Amino acid sequence: MKCKLAGDALIVSGLTKVFNKNLVAVDHVDFTVKEGEIFGFLGPNGAGKTTTINMLITVLRPTNGSAVVCGHDIEKDASGVRNCIGVVPQEYTADEDLTGFENVILCADLYGIPRDESKKRAAELLELVELTKFKDKQVATYSGGMRRRLELACGLINRPHVFFLDEPTLGLDVQTRAATWNYIKLLKKEYGMTIFMTTHYLEEADMLCDRIAIIDYGKIITMGAPNDLKEGLGGDIMTLSIQDSKADISDIIKKVPRVKEVKKQEGTYRIKLVDGEETAPTIIDAVRAEGYKVTRLALMKPTLDEVYLEYTGRSIREEEESREDFRAQRITMRRARGERTWRGH
Amino acid sequence: MTKNNNSKNPLHGLWALTNRDLKKWYKNPVILLLGIIQPIIWMSLLGKAMNLGDMFKSFPLPSNIQLSPEAMSELSKQAMTQIFGTGDYFSYMAVGMMSFVVMFTAMFSGMSMVFDRRLGFLNKVLSTPVARGSILMAKIFSAVIRALVQATIVLGIAYALGLSVGADFTLLNLIGVYVALFLISMGLSSIFILIAIRSTRQETQMAVVNLLNLPLMFASNALFPASLMPDWLQAITKINPVTYATDATRQLLLYTIDMHQLAIDFLFLGAFAVISSTIGILLSWRYLSR
Repeated sequence: MKCKLAGDALIVSGLTKVFNKNLVAVDHVDFTVKEGEIFGFLGPNGAGKTTTINMLITVLRPTNGSAVVCGHDIEKDASGVRNCIGVVPQEYTADEDLTGFENVILCADLYGIPRDESKKRAAELLELVELTKFKDKQVATYSGGMRRRLELACGLINRPHVFFLDEPTLGLDVQTRAATWNYIKLLKKEYGMTIFMTTHYLEEADMLCDRIAIIDYGKIITMGAPNDLKEGLGGDIMTLSIQDSKADISDIIKKVPRVKEVKKQEGTYRIKLVDGEETAPTIIDAVRAEGYKVTRLALMKPTLDEVYLEYTGRSIREEEESREDFRAQRITMRRARGERTWRGH
Repeated sequence: MTKNNNSKNPLHGLWALTNRDLKKWYKNPVILLLGIIQPIIWMSLLGKAMNLGDMFKSFPLPSNIQLSPEAMSELSKQAMTQIFGTGDYFSYMAVGMMSFVVMFTAMFSGMSMVFDRRLGFLNKVLSTPVARGSILMAKIFSAVIRALVQATIVLGIAYALGLSVGADFTLLNLIGVYVALFLISMGLSSIFILIAIRSTRQETQMAVVNLLNLPLMFASNALFPASLMPDWLQAITKINPVTYATDATRQLLLYTIDMHQLAIDFLFLGAFAVISSTIGILLSWRYLSR
């Protein structure tokens, strides 16, 4: 089972999933992920992120369209896909009754990795996510962050070419989330795989992804590098006040290169500009050269939140979720907090 | 980057998944205990209370019937052997309890499927190269192994409580008992896992178990002989696999073996196990993924 290394890790075209003949969860999605890239799907709950991932990891069958993962078609060569991907689902799937080490070995067995090899890899991965000390403890005793790290280790046991992360920090507190990002970066550095991830956290997409696609109601609304998307908004925003509040210096500011728009609002100038850090000093110089004194100044970088707002017309919204999703998510949240949940027989 | 150069066995992962379910089970002895406590209660309360063998000795005869105590005793023994095939009701129902515990384990085996789906574990397994059939077979095997261990415990306790095995009981009979129980638990757990294959609610699964456990139990010869039942009920017992498993284990443990009947029992159980597990594997290809 060879995985093609050159070119694109993921080629998705017209991928569509319709549930129960009328609920369109994913609607003709097209995108390409380059080898070695971290590509993120950003969108609110219920936007179709998990459905997309589930189709790409061959758990769901697409209604329409196709996708090629590492050169294997997800429908025609599902087992080819399965051999070269690793998956960390949204839920905590590690078995609470087993130890961390046993869980990793179980994952290895699912790929048919011989025992001597899997033991070596498990030790190495657990070391990387700093769980070596806890490897013989039952997962039930793990904290949310530890469980996430264990999931990362499990997902990488087959040395995947494409690593799928579905909401990798869902339900974690801010510090643990930041720590988890660091582990993801570390693993990426160590193994150099392509990463496809979904998230509804803007900071997460901004921090980790080389490129993101904003998805809403099953459609990709826009796609690009986080910085490009932010720049696409028309750049940064600077506010400025001068001592002489009666004068109007809008025209002076407009003449400065890379300034896009100037508005005077109650004695304060609101300036849209590109490359804020470099443009701002030239504005100040221009204003001073005309003999005005700058009294106040602020420079703001647009956040992905504003990008999101711009394209979807609203902030990341609270979702109406089905009872099932809600319950499943609650279990995930509870596990994230390290509580024990009801077990099956 | 290195690629796994594993020599892929099509059954890889089967034992790993089976073992996972078994580990979850024996690491929680409470679940094991709860599983066998019910048949023990049935045996020690119902089995011991229904002391049918003494029924004939315990009342005064009408004055127009004259019988010596020996004749009475002989009569009651005859009646018991005619109806139950053995002198005491306890032994009769204790063997039925082995079918009972196997049946219960099989019924609840679907639950772990529901949980695996709900907790996301199933999706994770589905994204690995494990054969879809192995996912189902692992559930069936773990249910079968649990059922056989529990049946062994029930048999041990029944023996301690006074089960009297038949005169021509040998080790070979015991092996036969396990084969019969293996077949019935394989067949039943295939069916119940199949019911659970797409379900995400344990409530549905519970309702199914509640709905079916009494009919399967009472419309069989597990507690009472089918020969005493009305015709319509007898007809149901004839298609109930629990009847065949119970009859086979009773013949092997208590009775003098009727080869013809035993062959029918095993034939039925074998067909039941093969057909339902085959259907299970075939459908798992189609229905495990949505």
